[in-house]
Amino acid sequence: MRRVYDFHGGIHPAENKHQSVRSGIRSAGVPAQLILPLSQHIGAAARPVVTVGDYVLKGQVIAEAAGHVSATLHAPSSGRISGIEDRPIPHPSGLPAPCIVIDCDQQDLWTPHQGVADYRDCDASELLELISSAGIAGMGGAGFPTAVKLMGKPGRSVKTLIINGTECEPYITADDILMRERAADILEGVAILQHILQPEETLLGLEDNKPEAIAALREAAASASHVEIVTFPTKYPSGGEKQLIEILTGKQVPAGGLPGDIGIVCQNVGTAVAVRDAVIYGRPLISRITTVTGDAVATPQNFEVLLGTPMQHLLDLAGLQPERCERLVMGGPMMGFTVTNPQAPIVKTTNCILAPTTAELPPPPPAQPCIRCGLCAEACPASLLPQQLFWFAQGKEFEKLEQHNLFDCIECGACSWVCPSHIPLVQYYRASKADILQQRRDHAKSEQARERFEARQTRLAQEDEEREAKRAARKAAAEKRTQLATQEGGEDPIQAAIDRAKAKKAAQQAGTGTEPAAAASALDTLRQKLEKAEQRLAQSHASGEDAKIVAALEASAERLRGKLTEAESAASEAGAS
Amino acid sequence: MMAWVTDYPLLAALLALVGLGAPFGALLGFAAVRFRAEGNPIADEINAILPQTQCGQCGFPGCRPYAEAIAGGEAINKCPPGGEATIQALADLLDVEAPPLDAEHGEEKVKTVAYIREDECIGCTKCIQACPVDAILGAAKQMHTVIASECTGCDLCVEPCPVDCIDMLPLEESLQTWHWQLPAPRSNNLEIIATDSATAERAA
Amino acid sequence: MSLMRISSPHAHGTFSTGMVMRQVLLATVPGLFLLTLFFGFGTLVNVAWACIVGLACEALALSLRGRSLAFYLKDGSALVTCVLLGIALPPYSPWWLIAVGVASSILMAKQLYGGLGYNPFNPAMVGYVVLLISFPLQMSSWAPPRGLGDVPGLWEALQACFLPAQYDGLTMATPLDILRQNQGLLMEDLWAQSPQLGRWAGVGWEWVNLAFLAGGLWLLYRRIFTWHAPVAMLASLSLMAALFYDGGSSSSGGSPVFHLLSGATMFGAFFIITDPVSSAVSVRGRLVFGALIGVLVYLIRVWGNYPDAIAFAVLIANFAAPFIDHYTQPRVYGHKQPKSPE
Repeated sequence: MRRVYDFHGGIHPAENKHQSVRSGIRSAGVPAQLILPLSQHIGAAARPVVTVGDYVLKGQVIAEAAGHVSATLHAPSSGRISGIEDRPIPHPSGLPAPCIVIDCDQQDLWTPHQGVADYRDCDASELLELISSAGIAGMGGAGFPTAVKLMGKPGRSVKTLIINGTECEPYITADDILMRERAADILEGVAILQHILQPEETLLGLEDNKPEAIAALREAAASASHVEIVTFPTKYPSGGEKQLIEILTGKQVPAGGLPGDIGIVCQNVGTAVAVRDAVIYGRPLISRITTVTGDAVATPQNFEVLLGTPMQHLLDLAGLQPERCERLVMGGPMMGFTVTNPQAPIVKTTNCILAPTTAELPPPPPAQPCIRCGLCAEACPASLLPQQLFWFAQGKEFEKLEQHNLFDCIECGACSWVCPSHIPLVQYYRASKADILQQRRDHAKSEQARERFEARQTRLAQEDEEREAKRAARKAAAEKRTQLATQEGGEDPIQAAIDRAKAKKAAQQAGTGTEPAAAASALDTLRQKLEKAEQRLAQSHASGEDAKIVAALEASAERLRGKLTEAESAASEAGAS
Repeated sequence: MMAWVTDYPLLAALLALVGLGAPFGALLGFAAVRFRAEGNPIADEINAILPQTQCGQCGFPGCRPYAEAIAGGEAINKCPPGGEATIQALADLLDVEAPPLDAEHGEEKVKTVAYIREDECIGCTKCIQACPVDAILGAAKQMHTVIASECTGCDLCVEPCPVDCIDMLPLEESLQTWHWQLPAPRSNNLEIIATDSATAERAA
Repeated sequence: MSLMRISSPHAHGTFSTGMVMRQVLLATVPGLFLLTLFFGFGTLVNVAWACIVGLACEALALSLRGRSLAFYLKDGSALVTCVLLGIALPPYSPWWLIAVGVASSILMAKQLYGGLGYNPFNPAMVGYVVLLISFPLQMSSWAPPRGLGDVPGLWEALQACFLPAQYDGLTMATPLDILRQNQGLLMEDLWAQSPQLGRWAGVGWEWVNLAFLAGGLWLLYRRIFTWHAPVAMLASLSLMAALFYDGGSSSSGGSPVFHLLSGATMFGAFFIITDPVSSAVSVRGRLVFGALIGVLVYLIRVWGNYPDAIAFAVLIANFAAPFIDHYTQPRVYGHKQPKSPE
């Protein structure tokens, strides 16, 4: 028996898992419409490669990854693209975001696809490429693209591969049912991950409240003994990546670091199955297991559902009683977020849709003052002092918040759960984190603005200087000329120019007598210009120049001709009068 | 010695003071030269707090000059873009009372970004010359555009535009910028307390 | 279907502030019972009158501050303060003494600082110390325990409280007083000449302390507070007593058992220093906080000038709490050491 470790804090909320595992995984079928948000995960949004009206087959790429931390999007079923537009998506803000909408034809026709014959013959980079192009993102929590996570930092070897089957959140059973029904698939996926990472050991960790899953995994692992199944006492949040690592290895991920820094990679069991499907069958990630549960649905159960299926579709299948449901949560009751529009689609990270009744999860009563009882500090899995953080968050003391390690908070909600004063602590931390990040961004921006301002100031100063220098140079030159002129005894050139101008003016003023002559000379110049332009035009015709240039030349010649006729007629009029 | 001191107390006191003053003065003088601060560090610190919009609403040509003016004793409440937060930070730095924002210089507004309606732009370059951070791109007789990420929302380009084609648009909330707000502070209103669930919002 | 938008977590535990306060009140019952058994109805009358005055003060302060009465009175914190102060005061105290004490606790130590959760000092102990300094005579006159004198009945207790001019009760030195006032005697002689000293630490007092210990253990079992502060206090008090006990003469401070079971030791350890608002927050902080109180209690009892020391020790430790917090931040996950305070 492997030694398991304990982590600080943690709570034991009511599990409520039994409701949704009474029956097995059920297919949710193909809905009338699929809605695929272009950014399903953290990182950059994908770039659509289809246009409205295109017909797509199941599994066809509809949006490409844009950037490093981004994942490809595939059509989960066949049909026609009916729009690329803003739709409600599952996000705590409730804001809409650009989505590709597919009107399904219910044929569910696959695009040709094929897996690799034997993954053992492929090298890691080939398989990573495959995983990346299958659009696989972490299916447990944040939805980080799996290929990026597996790639890790170059030159760093992986000591321990941890497969996370903990699923510590109440209500959710998506991983549980997956482990019960598809234990062999999981282990096959794990074998592929092992082939990629070449870890020294592989541990599959899960809590002891899933005896059926443990039995299924043990049985499957009996034939392929490359994975050690480790069970440990149930406690929330043991499924948090950092907590699971501590439970299984006794090590802590350094603050601000990644598990890779201590030679560990964590993957969810669902992700392992997705990797298997992608590598062995060439199937991209287009469906997942989602738990639909809560007292407001008649038959809580797990669905195998196409990504992009509206939540409403699943809720209808499970028999939602809308009048009993006041909030809809994506994820579990501890860390999930409320969805305000049931038309929002299932995405890669939707492990659960929770439709609780008000009696089941009552809205929090108004917050009472903090009495610093310290229950939150006892419950905090990161060993923070939530009551102090709360105090500082109220006062917006950002420096103190950072000094008390606000950014090590994993927002698991254990502190709020135990709080006897019903203070929404996590909301305080979320808001404060966002404020601090905003402040940092603002500061970076103002630094940039300052630099640009200063650069501009120097540039302007330099320009001024140059102008000044030029003026000085001109002045010096003028003085020199005057000097020269006076020295040679000739007349001053400037004075001469002034004299000339004066003479000209006098001549003009002298009367119209000189006018015909001037008009005649102007006519001459125009004729010369026209001649030149025509020559140039002929030249370019002959040498076969660009049509545009020819056209421009023709236009200018035309203009000159017009001017000439005008001038001629004016001259003749003048002559007549 | 003592006898001399008691005989001439005044002289002795004077001598003692001079004796103390001279070395300490020398020490201070040495320290002033040895540890002389380069530039004006307090103005730098103030400048780091100012929002660097370079809008000139304070009456100074940019943030740096205002920072220097504050270091020289100017009031700290003349920066509308920075608003209360900046005043508070300055008050903390200078260890003075934080006054409310001086309304004469404008009021705190939501952050904006300049936007040029490009088909109306005549390419006069007037806004380019007005922009304190070179955030407008364009050339004479060519359409201009604002580099939104560099724009500080200072408004200075709006006035010079002869065809009024520059709008100051408030920054829109997006998925990237959205975040949870602090829960509403407990209201003092007696009626609300019993029923209000401070954090619950209802979306239709 | 109109859906809420609300931040996680959506599930909540069953703990509430009101529940915590009710548990604390419940845990005082054994101690109160034994106090009444040994010293008569004086303490009960204290507690009842203190609660009436306390609720009135709380309601007054809340309405002056424009806060909801129902919402804030419901939390029961004012009742806890009043009950604790009522227990701490000598039985058969006059009504005005109790009223002044309660008003100081509720109005001055609690509401002036912003109400529950914002008071830097333990309100009950502030009230106690205000009285101790202002009315030393009344505050140091304890009734004789049952067996050493007549224990007044309920009527006399009420009379003592509300018609103090007409009440002429007996008083007797407490065991702590006896030990301080007698120097240079052998302990056996001291015990022989003072019947109040009982078996270990005073007639009645021993049992009252054990009853408060039982109440405290029950609160520990209910996880209302953690063991750190009480255990640290009792340990450091015992350690101090053991260090300075010379084994037999009354010039030294008395045995550890004497100190543990005399005066307000257990009451203080489980009901006073566990007030979370004014104590240190982290586990290590609470250990330091408790130990500091234990040391102070011993120092004040033995070399100080007051009959008991819990109140002063607690207030001094309250002063030190922010400082203790500053230096006892726990090591956060993934960090090597707690962030060094600047």
